[in-house]
Amino acid sequence: MKQLKWLGPFYYSLLALFLYLPILFLILFSFNDSVVLTFPLKGFTIRWYQQLLQTPELLAAFRNTLWVAVTSSFFATLLGAMAAIAISRYTFWGKRLFSSVATFPIVIPYLVLGVALLLFFNAIGIPLNLWTVGIGHVVINLPYAMLIIGARLAGFSANLEEASMDLGETYWGTLRRVTIPIIMPSLIAAFLSSFSTSFDEFALTFFLTGTKTTLPIYLYSQLRFPQRLPLAITVAAVVIVISSLLLILSEWLRHWGEKAYKA
Amino acid sequence: MEKKRRVITLLSIPSIWLLLFFVLPFTIMLLFSIRETTFSPIFPPTLSHYIEFLTTPVYLRLLLSSAWIAFVTAVITILLAYPLAYYLIFHGGKHRLALLSFLILPAWTSYLLRVLAWKVILGSNGIINTFLLSLGLIDEGMPIFLYSQSAVIITLVYVWIPYAALPIFSTLERIDIKLIEASQDLGASPLRTFLRVTLPLSTPGLVSAFFFVFIPSLGEWVTPSLVGGADGIMYGNLVQTQFLRGLNWPMGTVMSTVLLLIVSVFTMLFNRHVTMKEMSALA
Repeated sequence: MKQLKWLGPFYYSLLALFLYLPILFLILFSFNDSVVLTFPLKGFTIRWYQQLLQTPELLAAFRNTLWVAVTSSFFATLLGAMAAIAISRYTFWGKRLFSSVATFPIVIPYLVLGVALLLFFNAIGIPLNLWTVGIGHVVINLPYAMLIIGARLAGFSANLEEASMDLGETYWGTLRRVTIPIIMPSLIAAFLSSFSTSFDEFALTFFLTGTKTTLPIYLYSQLRFPQRLPLAITVAAVVIVISSLLLILSEWLRHWGEKAYKA
Repeated sequence: MEKKRRVITLLSIPSIWLLLFFVLPFTIMLLFSIRETTFSPIFPPTLSHYIEFLTTPVYLRLLLSSAWIAFVTAVITILLAYPLAYYLIFHGGKHRLALLSFLILPAWTSYLLRVLAWKVILGSNGIINTFLLSLGLIDEGMPIFLYSQSAVIITLVYVWIPYAALPIFSTLERIDIKLIEASQDLGASPLRTFLRVTLPLSTPGLVSAFFFVFIPSLGEWVTPSLVGGADGIMYGNLVQTQFLRGLNWPMGTVMSTVLLLIVSVFTMLFNRHVTMKEMSALA
């Protein structure tokens, strides 16, 4: 067995390469001075990035995406926190049913959810716009937010809350002054993880978007034109870097939060 | 009483939200799947679209071929992810979680963009082709893999590896190392120990991994639309087309409902083994 010791690290590196290389290619080609995406590289340029800033539809799409992501993540986190607190601190009738329904969106293909929401909005006569996109994003992010916050709530003792109430604070005061500060890292983590999902969600958004486009929708529409591919790839590079940074931050916050209260 | 009021306050808004934007839309979808046309009332209900679905070979054939793609994807993904999780748990040292997170990170960035990356890599002017050209192995650029079922499978495997590694990692982590040591102390070879102890104990992780790759792959439409071409088209593409071109909403609704039913049955079957929690966290 000894002589096979290199096999594990080798396999790990191979997978890392497989997973990272495509993304690195995108970033690499976003700096490549050529309309076609082929090797050898034609030289370094930042003109795609400059063009990015001079394309009004793109900037509008970026603003729309940002708006949807912030709004939907806020509501996903808020609703997720309420549900998580109820589930982890109380027993009530229908608790199992509620948790099953609330986590069910995780297993539903976005296609099916997209169709269902499209039919729903159509049936009640709500025109498709950024709000409908946002609602869809809350639906898919709510279960994750709930689980992230729930894990944090399970990690500290309810005694702290009881102590606060024994000392005369009201329940809602305790929530505000004890519970929320303690679970704050997980609230931020839930927000950031929802944000990054929403920021580049496409399969569901496609069904729910009206005339206003989001960044992934814009990107997809550009793929039909080969000469616009470099610009699309540059958008991709920007989105990937932004969402990676958010994810690292969110992971860090979650682990930091868990460590801080483990003692 | 006080506690009851708190629960109601906390749960009312999430419950209303779920009823309104999750339960109701699916109810509407079910109801719409049994009405005559897009504009007709629900009563009298009709099963004509279901009958059309079952008697038109193309729908079922596409559903089966998509199930096949999803199945192959899930199997390959697990075969690639298992050794990774195994290595990290048993030889990864104390940084194993960080090592896993490092691999999962790209999976949490844009799904569309990672598919796009593969389109660029596999395309006729793509990276693989130009590389082979420069080596003189081929004479002209050709979309070797692009626009085929293999392209869809490669891309989906790429997308799902980290998601499959996650549940396998956490079941392996829970295995009591003493059981493995006992097996070895009793004289079993490493292979036998793996086959008779480690592998059976990691079944829950394998089941979850399969589930979490198979289900979303079955409903996939973005990947085939970008890299699949005519050969790699999937069930989801047909559903999407029914709506996109305004062609046939009732049929699209029925197809979508069928997919929902399949997913629900799977979820019920796997319910005992699959823990949603594992998917939400890195550990």
